[in-house]
Amino acid sequence: MSKPVVATTSLAGCFGCHMSLLDIDERILDLIELVEFNKSPIDDIKVFTKQCDIGLIEGGCCNSENVEVLRAFRKQCKILVSLGECAIMGGLPALRNGIPIKECIDEAYLNGPTVSENTEKILPNDDELPMLLDKVYPCHEVVKIDYYLPGCPPRADLIWNALIALVTGDEMELPYEVVKFD
Amino acid sequence: MSEKIKFTIDGKECYAEPGQTILEAALDNGVYIPSLCYLKDVIPAGSCRICNVKVAGRFMTACTTPVAMGMEVENDIPELNELRVSIIEMLFVSGNHFCPACEKSGNCELQALAYKYTMMVPRYPYLFPEKKPDSGNKKLFIDRNRCILCKRCIRAVKDEQGRSLFAFKNRGNELAISLDHELAENISDELAEEAMEICPVGSILKKEKGFQQPIGHRKFDKQAIGSDIKSVIK
Repeated sequence: MSKPVVATTSLAGCFGCHMSLLDIDERILDLIELVEFNKSPIDDIKVFTKQCDIGLIEGGCCNSENVEVLRAFRKQCKILVSLGECAIMGGLPALRNGIPIKECIDEAYLNGPTVSENTEKILPNDDELPMLLDKVYPCHEVVKIDYYLPGCPPRADLIWNALIALVTGDEMELPYEVVKFD
Repeated sequence: MSEKIKFTIDGKECYAEPGQTILEAALDNGVYIPSLCYLKDVIPAGSCRICNVKVAGRFMTACTTPVAMGMEVENDIPELNELRVSIIEMLFVSGNHFCPACEKSGNCELQALAYKYTMMVPRYPYLFPEKKPDSGNKKLFIDRNRCILCKRCIRAVKDEQGRSLFAFKNRGNELAISLDHELAENISDELAEEAMEICPVGSILKKEKGFQQPIGHRKFDKQAIGSDIKSVIK
């Protein structure tokens, strides 16, 4: 039987969740025996080359590209897992949710204390750039998400336990110390 | 001395002083009833509903209901725990609870309850309400994004003359705590610290104090809330 295929991505995240995945230390050797990675920053495969079994999503949706990638993951993966606070509730990027988008952009490109060289007052307007959404959305408000692993980042043991449970089909171990929101 | 009142919690025999509420008596008997707005020796508010128990088939808040002779209280049952989780989830979506950026994370009672019930994600959509923080006081910072309106501060944070430093303002959706800036102008460091302790979440913060304990050393990092309450009955 072929190995289960895992894909991962970071949407509006900081890659901290991916770092936490690497924090499983030498168990990563067991992991590559157990699963095969497809589209993921870990192996630098940029486009899906086959249907995947498990998709790990880090980060929420803050722009149109995030939404597109997330929808592609939903299409390509049998099981989608929201990895970390940002995927689950928007996280730190969602701190802007109470502020009108125009104010955010003005602060970043016109009025911020570190803005000094934008004398022509240009706001990002290239067609190539993804459009910002009105607010940052949790992944499960955009597509169906099957499982949630909270934490900032989720503890390495939590990610490991979840992957093992998904691959073996056994019930997941959830000790008190590994389910944390920070 | 008056007779003790005999009653049961989940079939376990317990004894209460006359006039004691179910929650107080439970704690004295070493039974943990989850609560959020309850504070020892402070008039209960019954506002969070986490301590809901079932007596004779009816739900009632353990913090406001006095024990009666022969009462059969149901506490740790799936039906009630399910209700409690749903309240906790509702509190999470109805405020802006960014745990990773919160000074109270690890010491927060709302978060600790979510941990206790292994809440992975709230079942309700996030509301991201707009709330205005108040940084007008020299020693206290009020972040209403995290407030759960439990009234603990209103009931317990008082000056030497017994006047409350906090009050509710507005109604319904707009309900918010507000600090009496005149009364709190010369608040002592001790009282400011106490106010921060009294707040179950990270809504009242003492300025220049936060993130003092490293992760792993905070109150609820390794020990679930209520796990220190040990049964006194053999």
